[in-house]
Amino acid sequence: MPETSPPLDPFAAPARGRRAKVPLAERLAGWLLAGPALTLMWLMLLGPALAVLALSFTDWTFGSPQIGWAGATNYRELMADRVFWISLQNTLTYVAFVVPVSVAIGLGVALLIEAGGGLQGLYRAIYFLPVTSTLLAMALVFAFAFHPSIGIITRVLSAVGIPTTDWLKNPHTALFALASIGIWQAIGLNMVLFLAGLKAIPRDLYEAAAVDGADGAFERFRRVTWPMLGPATLFVVTITAVRSFQVFDTVAVLTEGGPNKATNVLLYQMYQEGFSFLRSAYAAAITVVFLGFVLLLTLLQVKLQERWTHYA
Amino acid sequence: MAGAAGGSRLLFATLRHLLLAAGAVIMLAPFILMLSLSLKSPAEIFAADWHLLPQTWHASENYLAAFSKQPLARYLLNGFLVTFAIFACQMLAAVPCAYALAKLRWRGRETVFALVLLGLLIPHQVTAIPLYIGMWKLGILNTYAAVILPSTISVFGIFLLRQFFKTVPDDLIHAARLDGLGEFAIVWRIMLPTAMPALLAFGLLSFVWNWNEFFWPLIVVQSERYATPPLGVLFFNNAEAGTNYGLLMAAAVVVNAPLIVAFLLAQRRFIEGVTMTGLK
Amino acid sequence: MAGVELAGVSKSFGGTAVLRQVSLSVQDGEFLTLVGPSGCGKSTLLRIIAGLEAQDSGEVRIGGRNVDAVPPKRRDVAMVFQSYALYPYMTVAENLALPLEMRRLTRMARLPLLGRWLPGARPIRQQIAHDVRAVAEALSIAHLLGRRPAQLSGGQRQRVALGRAMVRRPQVFLMDEPLSNLDANLRVETRTEIAELHRRLESTFIYVTHDQVEAMTMADRVAVMLGGEVIQIASPQQIYDAPAELRVAQFIGTPKINVLAGTINAGGAIEVLGAAWPLKLSGAAAGPVSLGVRAEAWELEAEVNKRPQATALSARVRHLEHLGAETLVHLNIAATELSVVARTAPAVAADLAIGARVTLRVKPEHVLVFDAAGKRLDVKSERSAALRQVANA
Repeated sequence: MPETSPPLDPFAAPARGRRAKVPLAERLAGWLLAGPALTLMWLMLLGPALAVLALSFTDWTFGSPQIGWAGATNYRELMADRVFWISLQNTLTYVAFVVPVSVAIGLGVALLIEAGGGLQGLYRAIYFLPVTSTLLAMALVFAFAFHPSIGIITRVLSAVGIPTTDWLKNPHTALFALASIGIWQAIGLNMVLFLAGLKAIPRDLYEAAAVDGADGAFERFRRVTWPMLGPATLFVVTITAVRSFQVFDTVAVLTEGGPNKATNVLLYQMYQEGFSFLRSAYAAAITVVFLGFVLLLTLLQVKLQERWTHYA
Repeated sequence: MAGAAGGSRLLFATLRHLLLAAGAVIMLAPFILMLSLSLKSPAEIFAADWHLLPQTWHASENYLAAFSKQPLARYLLNGFLVTFAIFACQMLAAVPCAYALAKLRWRGRETVFALVLLGLLIPHQVTAIPLYIGMWKLGILNTYAAVILPSTISVFGIFLLRQFFKTVPDDLIHAARLDGLGEFAIVWRIMLPTAMPALLAFGLLSFVWNWNEFFWPLIVVQSERYATPPLGVLFFNNAEAGTNYGLLMAAAVVVNAPLIVAFLLAQRRFIEGVTMTGLK
Repeated sequence: MAGVELAGVSKSFGGTAVLRQVSLSVQDGEFLTLVGPSGCGKSTLLRIIAGLEAQDSGEVRIGGRNVDAVPPKRRDVAMVFQSYALYPYMTVAENLALPLEMRRLTRMARLPLLGRWLPGARPIRQQIAHDVRAVAEALSIAHLLGRRPAQLSGGQRQRVALGRAMVRRPQVFLMDEPLSNLDANLRVETRTEIAELHRRLESTFIYVTHDQVEAMTMADRVAVMLGGEVIQIASPQQIYDAPAELRVAQFIGTPKINVLAGTINAGGAIEVLGAAWPLKLSGAAAGPVSLGVRAEAWELEAEVNKRPQATALSARVRHLEHLGAETLVHLNIAATELSVVARTAPAVAADLAIGARVTLRVKPEHVLVFDAAGKRLDVKSERSAALRQVANA
C-alpha cells in the first residue's frame, strides 16, 4: 500500500501507513551525529572501565609478555594487604572529616550571604575562588603555612597557646592537615550549590510561616529552609563525598603517602601499584574497589532522593 | 519585615559581615601568602618575624628565575593548548550527539542516553590503567595526544547540552527542515547559538578542570616538553627541593593566574555552570 | 472589635509610589473586596495589613489597636496566599497544625524529639489534632489529612490553604487572589463557598482580586483601587450605579460602560454630538464632559425615527453577540467613529441585521456625567426637576 507523505517536509511522518514510521533520513542522522561521541565514549570511558574490571581478574604486570586468568587472586591479596586496609581507612577518615565540615561551612556561608545585607557578589566570588585554583600549587602554599616553625598556621596556633608540631610529618596530624586543604577547596563549591537551592525556595513559604508564627531565625530554618533544602543537601553531600574519595593531588605532592602510610589513600595506592610497582592487575583491583565505593555513594543518593522528593 | 527593631537588624548585619569577612580572609589567605612569598628573598622567607609585604622586593628575581630555571612558559603554553584542544573536541563530539539525543528519533537513542548516564557515574581515574596500556601499545605515551584524548569525551557536556536542546521548540526545527537545512546544518546553525550560555559556562568549567588536571598528566607525561601547569609545578618542586620557596611561589602564582583572571572576568557564567551540575 | 483601619498609608518601592495616602475603614465582620487592575497596589496593601511589609507612613489599626510595631504572628490575622504557600514536605494535617503548634506550645515543647515527652505537651497536641480534624471536616478535606500537597488537586490545595487560615480563628482573614489559580467552574463554586464561610464564621474578610465579578458578587462593600489610591468604597450596587469617577465606572461592569464625549455650553446645558440633552447640572462650569451609559440603559428602535427626540442617536449595527439570555449589539454612531454596545433581549435583536440602521435612546436618569477630571457630577434631568417642582408645589 503506497504511503502518501506530504512532499514538502522530508521528515514528516507519513500521513497514512500501517505504522507511523520515522523516516530513514532521521534515523540515520541520529546514529551519524551521535557516532563520534559514542565512539569516544566506548574508547575512552566505558571500554576502559570494562577493561579495568577484566584486568583485575588477571595476573598481568606491566610489560609482561603473557597474561593469564587469575580469578579472585588479586582481591584475596587485597583483603590480606595491610597497606590496602590502611589506605581504605585513611580515605574513609578523610571523607568523614571533609564532608561534614565543608558541607556545614558551605551551608552556613550560603545562609549568611543569602540573608542579604550587601556585598553578596563579593563574598560569593571570594569563597568560590579556591575552587578554581590549581590544587597542586595551593598545596605547596599550604605546605609553607604548615611549616613547623615559620609557617603562619604554626605561628597563629602557638600564639593562642595550642601545641604545635610538624603537621605534615606527624603521622597523627598529616591526614587532617591534608583534609583541611580539601575543606578549603570544597567550601566554595558547596556554597554555590546551596545558594542555588536557597534561591529556589519560594518566598511566600517564609511569609506563610511568619503569619503562622514561625518568624524567628531558628524556626524559619527548621520549618522552611532545612526541609526545602533537603534534595540540595543530599546532592552536596554526595558530590563532596565523591570528590573527597578522589583525593590525590595533595598526597602526591606533599606527603607521598607518608609519614608511615598515614596519608596513603586509595587512589595513591592505586597509582603506586599501577605505575610505580607496575602491578597493573593488582592496581586494577584497587580501582574496582574505588569504583565500587563511588557507585555505592551515588546509588545511595539516588535512592534517598527518590524517597525524599515529595513535592512536585 | 514589619515589627523588627532597627537595632537588632543593625546588630545582625554587623555580625553577618564580621563572620563572612573573617571567613573570607581565611579563604584568601593562601592566595595572599602565595603572592607575598613570591615577592620575597630566601633570607626574608625564613626570617623569624613575618611581614606581609617584603622589606626588599625580590619579585623580579623570583619571577625571572621561575621562567628561566624551568620552562614555565612552556608549561603555560601547554596548558592553553591542551585545554583548548580538549574543549574543541568535546564540543565537536557533544553538540551533535546532544542534538541527536534530544530531538531526533532513532532506535539507539534511549540506549545511548543510558550509556551517557552510566558514564556520569564513572570517575575518570578508573580508566587510567587501561588507557595507559593502550597508549603504550600504540606508542603515543608522552605526547600531546596522550594528554588530550581521554578528556575529549565529556558525558557531562552531552548531558548538559541535551537538557538545553530539549527546551528548543520542535517547530523551530521543522521550519528549518522545510527551509532545506540538513541535520548537520541544523546542529551548527540553529542549536549551537541557542545553547551559547550553556556552552560558555561549560567551556569555563572545562578550561579550569583540564588546566588543573594532575592525575592523568602525571601518568602519561615524562618530559617537561608536554607537561601541563600542575605537573610543571611538581617538577619545579622536585627541582628546588624545598629551598627556594620564593621561586616556587612565583611559579605557583603564574600557574594560577589565568584561572583567576578567567574567573574574575566570567564569574557569573562560572557559577551558572557549576549550578547546572545540580540540575541532574 | 475586629475592624481594620488604615489611615494615610503610603508605600514606595525604589522610586515608585505604590500606595498613596490610602485610608479605609473595614467594619467588624464585614466582607470587603479590594479590586483593581494588576499593579494598582492592592496586594501591597494586604501585605501591609498582614505585617509582611512595613508602610512608609500612615497607621494600621486592627481591632482598635495600632499594630505598626506588631509582627504578623501577633496581629491575629490569617492569610490565604495566591499560590497557597502550603509546606510541600508536610502532610495536610501538619500544615493545618503548624499555626496552632506555634501558638500553643512553648519553645521547649516544640523541639523536634524532646518536645513530645514534655509533660503537659500531650494534651495540647491532642487538642490541636482535634481542632485540625474539626476544620478539615468543615471543609470536607478530612480524608486528605495524610496526604502531601503534591498529591492534591488545585481545588483541594485551596481548601487546605483556607483551612490553615481558619484553624486559628483569627480576627481578620486576608485573601490574596485565592481563586486565580483555579479553573473557571471551580472558581464559581468556590466563590459561593467562601461567601458562605464568611457568613458562618462572622469574621472580617479582606479579599483582594483583579476580577470585578468576584469583587461584586462576594462583598458587603467594594473598595476600588487604581494607581495606588482607593477611589471609592461602597456597596457593589452603589459602585455600579453611582461610581465616583469615570475610571471606576469603566473598571466595573461588563460589557464596559459606553462613554460619549459632550460639552457643557455657556448656558449650563449639556450637548452631545450637537444635540442638547435634558440633563441639568447644579453649578458646573462650561467645558468638556464625559457621559457614561451602561449597555443595558440603551433603548433600541429598529427603525430610524425621523422625529427629533431628546437623547436620540442614529446608529448602524456593526456586530451581534448572541449570549442566549441576551444579545450584545455593537453599533457605530452615525457620522462619527464612536462605537457603543447595547444589551438587548433576544427578541429585539432578532429583527436586526448587520448594517441595519437603528435609533438609540437613553433615559436621562440612567446617564452618568463626569467632568473633565473624571469626577462624577450630580445631575438632575429636566424631567425629574419638573416632577420635583410639581411635587413641591
